[in-house]
Amino acid sequence: MSATKPRTLYDKIFDAHLVETLPDGTALLYIDRHLVHEVTSPQAFEGLRMAKRPVRRLDGTMAVVDHNIATDASRFTGIDDPESRVQVETLERNVKEFNVPYIPLTDARQGIVHIIGPEQGLSLPGMTIVCGDSHTSTHGALGALAFGIGTSEVEHVLATQTLLQKRAKNMRVTVEGQLPAGCTAKDIVLAIIGKIGTAGGNGHVIEYAGSTIRALDMAGRFSICNMSIEAGARAGMIAPDQTTFDYVKGRPYAPQGEAFDRAVEWWKTLPTDEGAVFDKEVFLDAAEIVPMVSWGTSPEDVLPITATVPDPEGGGDEARREQLRRMVEYMGLTPGQKLTDLKVDVVFIGSCTNSRIEDMRAAAAIARGRKVAEGVRAMVVPGSGLVKLQAEREGLDAVFKEAGFEWREAGCSMCLGMNPDKLKPGQRCASTSNRNFEGRQGPGGRTHLCSPAMAAAAAITGHLTDVREIAQGMH
Amino acid sequence: MDAFTTLTGIAAPLPMANVDTDKIIPARFLKTIARTGLGKSLFANLRYREDGSENPDFVLNQEPYRRAEILIAHENFGCGSSREHAPWALLDFGIRCVIAPDFADIFHNNSFKNGILPVRLPREVCDQLMEDARLGANARITVDLERQVVVRPNGEEIPFEIDPLRRHLLLNGLDDIGQTMQQAPAIDSFEARQRAAQPWLYR
Repeated sequence: MSATKPRTLYDKIFDAHLVETLPDGTALLYIDRHLVHEVTSPQAFEGLRMAKRPVRRLDGTMAVVDHNIATDASRFTGIDDPESRVQVETLERNVKEFNVPYIPLTDARQGIVHIIGPEQGLSLPGMTIVCGDSHTSTHGALGALAFGIGTSEVEHVLATQTLLQKRAKNMRVTVEGQLPAGCTAKDIVLAIIGKIGTAGGNGHVIEYAGSTIRALDMAGRFSICNMSIEAGARAGMIAPDQTTFDYVKGRPYAPQGEAFDRAVEWWKTLPTDEGAVFDKEVFLDAAEIVPMVSWGTSPEDVLPITATVPDPEGGGDEARREQLRRMVEYMGLTPGQKLTDLKVDVVFIGSCTNSRIEDMRAAAAIARGRKVAEGVRAMVVPGSGLVKLQAEREGLDAVFKEAGFEWREAGCSMCLGMNPDKLKPGQRCASTSNRNFEGRQGPGGRTHLCSPAMAAAAAITGHLTDVREIAQGMH
Repeated sequence: MDAFTTLTGIAAPLPMANVDTDKIIPARFLKTIARTGLGKSLFANLRYREDGSENPDFVLNQEPYRRAEILIAHENFGCGSSREHAPWALLDFGIRCVIAPDFADIFHNNSFKNGILPVRLPREVCDQLMEDARLGANARITVDLERQVVVRPNGEEIPFEIDPLRRHLLLNGLDDIGQTMQQAPAIDSFEARQRAAQPWLYR
């Protein structure tokens, strides 16, 4: 590739990590950071053991438990579920046997892998970052190439610190203008997925650009890149800028002192060159974004909170109508019903999408001085032990508890229905997580994706709510 | 990994788009440290009722599809999580090939690593194959990776595209870690260059 041809952020990071191009054009890509968790790694370590292979870069690897664990005090006295316990113990045995650095459950830094990577400075701009989890796209917000991999690839990276990759296509989503009051990064990304669909980014890496994105803090940028996979893109990225550098500076695993300055010099060369060509471009006007909520069982089935449940007979070919009918039935909805009339049983504020300190603050601002509606279970699950400590220093835990929210320990919690935090069949949940698939939060559970402020508002009123109505008079 | 050359078998019709990996295998079944034994949990939320009994309406609970080796579906098959438990569950059930208009990226990748062939064919062709599959046991479909064709029960051959490297690995049942290990000198020299330029990446 000619050095003078304008390149995208993605191309630059890809090129900088190219070990070799195989005869058929497949790239052998070097991986700087590999994050490992208990669910997708046991079979990979088993493969290494069987082939007598060591882990190639211990200093490039970090392991943590997050998916399986309880988020109440019971976790400190041992894991009740025998299968979960085996998985956690297996990770602990594997990190010991292979000498992999590990943040144990009892460590204050423990948390969701996609929260602690950036928090610890393990994830940095310009890096290639992988993890056996599709929401690894989160770390792309730092201006890194970060994507989820399967267990075979986890084993491949552990053994070789590389991956076989085809170059993806470049897609740019540009959001311009000022975000209206009551709207957040979560509403932006839900609007994007609603627009391009869950397969809209297939085969592409999405770069988010434009004045609206640049104005976001890192927490908002993480939320957006996190859900890139929900648009079918394996990775999402945002060009590193001063906001990024300020965020990274001083974090435990980030370069310090002179090394930091040198790193920044390199990071500043990463943003997409003027004139670089994108295979696909999408534009959004921030002024048109409203607080969003998902109504169906795919993240593309989102609507403004002011909308009504769609009529399946009104949309598309027979296959799509059948899909819509099934969604309406599964979600227990009536076509034409106002979304704000949907009563919730559970509110979940947490997950790798929305469990940073900024998310806690946004939810607490709505909860402050109010009470959770009768009959609603509302839970707040910070993304890491450090987020929890910070929130407690700010008194947010007291705000939540006084309002009737549960204040819990860090973990993946009710995002995915594989630990004790699950919906019961038929329960409706306003959730700040990322997937509203059938059964995602527990068999028969009904998920409505939304922002932390929207979720908190639903907890207070007991039904899906336009946060702008609650927030009136707050400012 | 078992090699994939030619497969002739019963195809199960699953006329759904966006079949996500939570549908293929819900997260509560991911608590295993093995690759095998997940077949009984494949499509668990669709396949079993709340009391644990089989849902007779679901295709894989019907004859002859209990013995299906091929699955035919609609767009964006395998979207969602990166869990390789999804191809492991398919494989453990006996599915070696999924035919759909397109696949989510990570699932597509994971399938190849486990000897499952994902075949991309246009929607109208998938619809034809879906009709063939509905004919049941007398309608066997052949997937020939060597010749890159799907053969309908009526003998009509439908060509499909596939990445040459992936085809090679699948035809020979090769593990790509072994392949990459042969590039160790190139990886060593990459690390030496990177360490000099960006020492902060090494501790």
